[in-house]
Amino acid sequence: MAVKISSSPMRVTVSLSGEIDHHNAAVIRMEADEAIQSKLAPNVRLDFDEVTFMDSSAIGFVLGRYRIVESYGGNVEVINLTRRQFAMMKLAGLENVVKLKTKK
Amino acid sequence: MKPINKMILKTDSRSINESFARICVSAFAAQLDPDIEELSDVKTAVSEAVTNCIVHAYPNKVGEIIIKVFIYENRTVKISIKDKGRGIEDVKKAMEPLYTTLGGERAGLGFAVMESFCDRISVKSTVGKGTTVNLTKIFASRTYENE
Repeated sequence: MAVKISSSPMRVTVSLSGEIDHHNAAVIRMEADEAIQSKLAPNVRLDFDEVTFMDSSAIGFVLGRYRIVESYGGNVEVINLTRRQFAMMKLAGLENVVKLKTKK
Repeated sequence: MKPINKMILKTDSRSINESFARICVSAFAAQLDPDIEELSDVKTAVSEAVTNCIVHAYPNKVGEIIIKVFIYENRTVKISIKDKGRGIEDVKKAMEPLYTTLGGERAGLGFAVMESFCDRISVKSTVGKGTTVNLTKIFASRTYENE
């Protein structure tokens, strides 16, 4: 599991890779929040391109980031989801609060 | 019906074992030659059940998780995930989507995910004694071009 952060004044991008489960969600959360809270960028992008496995912990992760970003008036988008990941996030109703984009 | 193959796995309720458990179960189920999506279904459902044991059954200690996997002739795999933890008071409520006793970062979707990725799920729980989750997955029959 690895987290890569890149940022511009308008956007923080958190690129995730590997497996997201309850065990490694804690580390991902810490690294993502450090970047999000130090920049307070209006747009936070969570990139799932290299995520090879996720369970509902990833949904909790997205929901948690949404709450933080929403609290300062920003918005969250989740990009490069597989069809399967997209379906799981929809199961949770995430598409009502964040923008979900599947892989091209 | 008698299983044609079985395996038992006993492991500590440490979060590092979540990936170990789901990989073990899916490796065993792979002998039925499911497709990648079906195997991901199994992996995800097991991950949810094992996580429940770790965060709910044994909240402040390390206990035992016993996983049994049975393979049947009709491309069916049955997985039971058992703990001897604190048990669930209201199973029906626990299985409602978005219901969680933990709040914060837990989405309350563990059982909903298990339900959506398995063909059958049953949960037996006794407060103070533990919980057993039974998952059934039936793999689609494979047709091969040369047959």
